[in-house]
Amino acid sequence: MKLLLVGEYKNGNIDDSFYELVAFAGKLGAEAVAFFVAPTDIKPEFNGKVYVADVEKAKEYNPKVHRDLILKVAEKENPDYIVLSHSSYGWDLAPRIAYKWDAGQISEIVDVDNDGFVVPFCNAKLRRLLKPNTGKAVLTLQSGAFAPAKEGSASVETIDVDVADEGLEFTGFEVVEKGGVDLTKAEIIVSAGRGVGKKENIEIVEKLAKVLGAELGASRPVVDAGWLPQERQVGTTGQTVAPKLYVACGISGAIQHLAGMKKSNFIVAINKDKDAPISEVADVFVVADLLEFVPVLTEKLSS
Amino acid sequence: MNVLVCVKQVPDMESKFTVSSDGLWYDQSDLTYKINEYDEYAVEEAVRLKEKLGDVTITVLSIGPDRVKEAIRKALALGADKGAHIKDDEAHLKDPFQIATIIANYAKDKNFDIIFTGMQSEDRGSAQVGALVAEMLGMNCVTTIVDFEYADGKVNVKRELEGGIKAKVTAKLPVVLTCQLGLNTVRYPTLPNIMKAKRKELKEFDVSEFLNVDPKVITLKAFVPEKKKGGIVLEGAPDEIADKLINILKEKAII
Repeated sequence: MKLLLVGEYKNGNIDDSFYELVAFAGKLGAEAVAFFVAPTDIKPEFNGKVYVADVEKAKEYNPKVHRDLILKVAEKENPDYIVLSHSSYGWDLAPRIAYKWDAGQISEIVDVDNDGFVVPFCNAKLRRLLKPNTGKAVLTLQSGAFAPAKEGSASVETIDVDVADEGLEFTGFEVVEKGGVDLTKAEIIVSAGRGVGKKENIEIVEKLAKVLGAELGASRPVVDAGWLPQERQVGTTGQTVAPKLYVACGISGAIQHLAGMKKSNFIVAINKDKDAPISEVADVFVVADLLEFVPVLTEKLSS
Repeated sequence: MNVLVCVKQVPDMESKFTVSSDGLWYDQSDLTYKINEYDEYAVEEAVRLKEKLGDVTITVLSIGPDRVKEAIRKALALGADKGAHIKDDEAHLKDPFQIATIIANYAKDKNFDIIFTGMQSEDRGSAQVGALVAEMLGMNCVTTIVDFEYADGKVNVKRELEGGIKAKVTAKLPVVLTCQLGLNTVRYPTLPNIMKAKRKELKEFDVSEFLNVDPKVITLKAFVPEKKKGGIVLEGAPDEIADKLINILKEKAII
């Protein structure tokens, strides 16, 4: 079996998610080659062949160009699977490759089984075991599902960027401005999630944060609703934190949130829904309505 | 301008899910259904575009059993003009390639300038359908947008990357855009608009009109995952469990 791994080059580095793809190939016992849109002098720690398309020409985001370059490598290498991370880059690119390659796609793989690939559904409350109905397939892997394997040195071959797309133009990046909040330095973080219900209730969580001497964090829905600023967002699209204590109030635990806080030393989750996926990472799971429970806890802690 | 919005009806993710009797999906009975959250942002963005430009016709499409008409009616109440229900009682067993084929076959002779949809569904979460539809129809496509603006026959969008970074992209029409959470603030339908929505056109089609391909991915089984970690579970009166929690945190020397 042979895999074509599509790595990502981000912020001047080979993104570590690439080594998760390498680990996945190892788990399948498959031969692997890799592809990057990156500077042509990159040196991935990987025993195998790496095709590099110059990022100056192919640009960080131009999916049709990236797709066609990957298909060119696929034609040469004839892999069974093309594998990407289930990231903003991977989920954008994978279906486009799958369609042109006339292959099926399996998204967000978390595990491998003899018969197929395991993916989560319904906010990770259930899983499905899937199998491609086509000989070949495009696969995306959930971030963090496979422990990175970093070893060796690659033989790099530059490939020409001889394809273009006039339909899309990538015009640059925009970085969220950080205010005075640096959650990564906090020893204790108390975060508010959708379960707070309305903006006025943020105060309940804020009071708990205050008695614990904690920073106030937030999950995505709270930021999207404008109840707290984005600089307080914990998760893949916000900040990744690992405090001594993380208290999740009314947070169900979407994978994007878990990825941003699961390395915390001790996790307390307060949630009405006993099946909420946050229970998978919680050291203590308090089954309660936060609006009733948190004021009681705050009161006891302050006396 | 001709706009299509594709919406899926999904259960509330806070529901208790069990595996269906055929072992391939979740049991769909006794669940509360709603518009997929990502698709609500798609509807809202289309309606805002119509309010800005005036001359915009918005068609809302949904695939599924009769209950998905509720999702279409809700989108009509939010400001869409007409609905297309592609009736399929077995929609949940179709793979993303088949779902995208159904949409593309419906859309192919209708000259849509923009197709809005969610970047993924809350239940299946494959994040494939929007980009596949674009490929099938030869349209441009930007996924995971958190900002949208239309000007001079082009769209200027921002797509969300990891770590608080966004990529700015300009795309020519026709274009498929998949919407990320937080793209806008979705309005509540007013009572007069809910009444008006009942009189708007809602055509029904049978899925067999549009589906002419086999799945590219097969589901072998659905199952409940084993719990990864056995944390302590505290249940009971708030007063008692607060004491227990404080004791645990003190024992562990965390507070």
